[in-house]
Amino acid sequence: MEEEKPWALISEVGGPHGYLEELADIVKQHFQIVCYKDFLQNPVLYGSKIQALLNWKYCPAAKPWLLKLLPCLKVVASGGVGIDHLDVPFINSLGAKVANTPGVVSDATADLAMGLLLASARNILEGHQIATDPKTVHIPQNLMGVEVTRATLGIIGMGEIGYKIAQRSKGFEMKVMYHKRTRRSTKDEQAVGASYCENLDDLLRCSDFVMIAVNLTSETSGLIGHRELSLMKPTATLINISRGLIVNQDALLEALQSGTIRAAALDVTHPEPLPRDHPLLELPNVLITPHIGISTITTARGMVKKMVENALAGVKGLPVPNEVHPH
Amino acid sequence: MAEDKPWALISEVSEQGFIEEITDIIKQHFHIICLRDFLQNPQQHGPKIQAILMWNTYPAAEPSLLSSLPSLKVVANGGVGIDHLDVPYITSLGVKVANTPGVVSDATADMAMGLLLASARKIVEGHQIAVDPKTTSIPQSLMGVEVTGSTLGIIGLGHIGYKIAQRSKGFDMKILYHNRHRRSVEDEQSVGASYCENMDDLLRESDFVVLVVNLSPETKGLISHRELSLMKPTATLINVSRGLVVDQDALVKALRSGEIRAAALDVTHPEPLPRDHPLLSLPNVLITPHVGTYTYATTRRMVQCMVDNAVAAVNGLPVPNEVKLK
Repeated sequence: MEEEKPWALISEVGGPHGYLEELADIVKQHFQIVCYKDFLQNPVLYGSKIQALLNWKYCPAAKPWLLKLLPCLKVVASGGVGIDHLDVPFINSLGAKVANTPGVVSDATADLAMGLLLASARNILEGHQIATDPKTVHIPQNLMGVEVTRATLGIIGMGEIGYKIAQRSKGFEMKVMYHKRTRRSTKDEQAVGASYCENLDDLLRCSDFVMIAVNLTSETSGLIGHRELSLMKPTATLINISRGLIVNQDALLEALQSGTIRAAALDVTHPEPLPRDHPLLELPNVLITPHIGISTITTARGMVKKMVENALAGVKGLPVPNEVHPH
Repeated sequence: MAEDKPWALISEVSEQGFIEEITDIIKQHFHIICLRDFLQNPQQHGPKIQAILMWNTYPAAEPSLLSSLPSLKVVANGGVGIDHLDVPYITSLGVKVANTPGVVSDATADMAMGLLLASARKIVEGHQIAVDPKTTSIPQSLMGVEVTGSTLGIIGLGHIGYKIAQRSKGFDMKILYHNRHRRSVEDEQSVGASYCENMDDLLRESDFVVLVVNLSPETKGLISHRELSLMKPTATLINVSRGLVVDQDALVKALRSGEIRAAALDVTHPEPLPRDHPLLSLPNVLITPHVGTYTYATTRRMVQCMVDNAVAAVNGLPVPNEVKLK
């Protein structure tokens, strides 16, 4: 039966940057896997067999030179919902489909968004550093945080993840406003008590917490720049769980240094990781996590299962459940 | 009218005492004297003082202090916990005790959720990796545990515990609770909480155990070796009540051995911990320095409440939040 399994190219198993063993096992149930390193040893041999490329945390990158070595490729199955790192039209032109894993990532990402909001508002990182510092004698007053209960949360983008963030914020009696290309239904709005802001500027002016929950596209790249940051309250916090490029990082740096906004909490930057001498890394009012929005074993399992499902469908020529079509 | 204001004793106005902005609230109703100034001449200052405004347990209501305050009518505490006060003793002197329940609840519940999420999703560890000069690439394995759909066990479903339940509902968490007295069916249904008459059941089933009880003789050492051994090895303990509710030695052992996954503590005993305490160096412990109520908005409300209590007592009126002997 082993020989009948189709072949899939993956990054690697194990090590700090590879699939956890148990996640690789999920793939191995349905595919014969080739690790990127091994593929490069003998691209012609493997290239003629590989029908699926499983893209996990951007690796292996679906660059044109790699794709050209995979003449039998039927599908690029990406783990995660963002596909800004994939040239969908180009991949399609080679006769391969592209798939992502929406839905399954939403809860974990929304949880992290709330975690970042609370951790930043209540100075949890700084608190821990002080509590565990060998030199700590007493607690400084500048650990004063900002109130989350009944604060105003402005969500930019109210797709599945943005909506789940709104649902979670309700328990904190937060006042929710949102901005989106297309307005959601009244029913949806009422269920989470969210008010639509046709004008993004209004959301920026009124929010205590601004949450970025949009896809990266040509319209959203650099969406938050100098002007947008200057509209925000000086007591406001910016939280980004989408893509680094949505925020103009130089503008953000300036805003944080000057007190134009209170703080930022970022699960995403551009690039990832930031260069080690990047000024954002040293600011006391920035919380950065290394793109861990989906990093729970439960969600990772769910994502890999979906990737495998998409890849199998692609290989068998069946409709791919989460096929991504070019816009 | 300034001369008519009564006098209140406080610890100090500074980093460790009341911050400057907050003292405005007090000065509207009281002349204040700091402990240090009081001690310069207790005979002169003592008879004037009708209220002690207590913050972060200072100034301590020791017999030696109280005996030099013949006109004292009230010890008004900022905060809801009064385990640091000998209420029977103080009231035997004809002095009332007051605290500030209610106003602290939102901020404390927010903190509890923040600690839960930060621990579950390794936010502090993530930040440390993200900013570490030695980091060259993003690690694949900073895996946390899922919060959505998990089981939250709340030990103590009072005002704060209930607000934690309300907040966890949005995460589709299954809520179990243990309390001295069961809450009404209506209360339970409104947050979807199930009563565990036996705390052991809660400990066995929970992914997150949060402690939200008062410190009393019954709750001291409530969570010790046995209780920790009942918990899941994937479970997280969160404490926003008092350090003494947990047997810290037992906790250290449980964290080291993997008996539980992690702990997030806003309170310890003592505060701060000695700098060589093992809890400070365990990788699976998140500690914050008792900042559960530490927002400007909540701090202002607490001070206002404390002042309102003190004003009522000084004027011989019913004290809104008087702590009475059971």
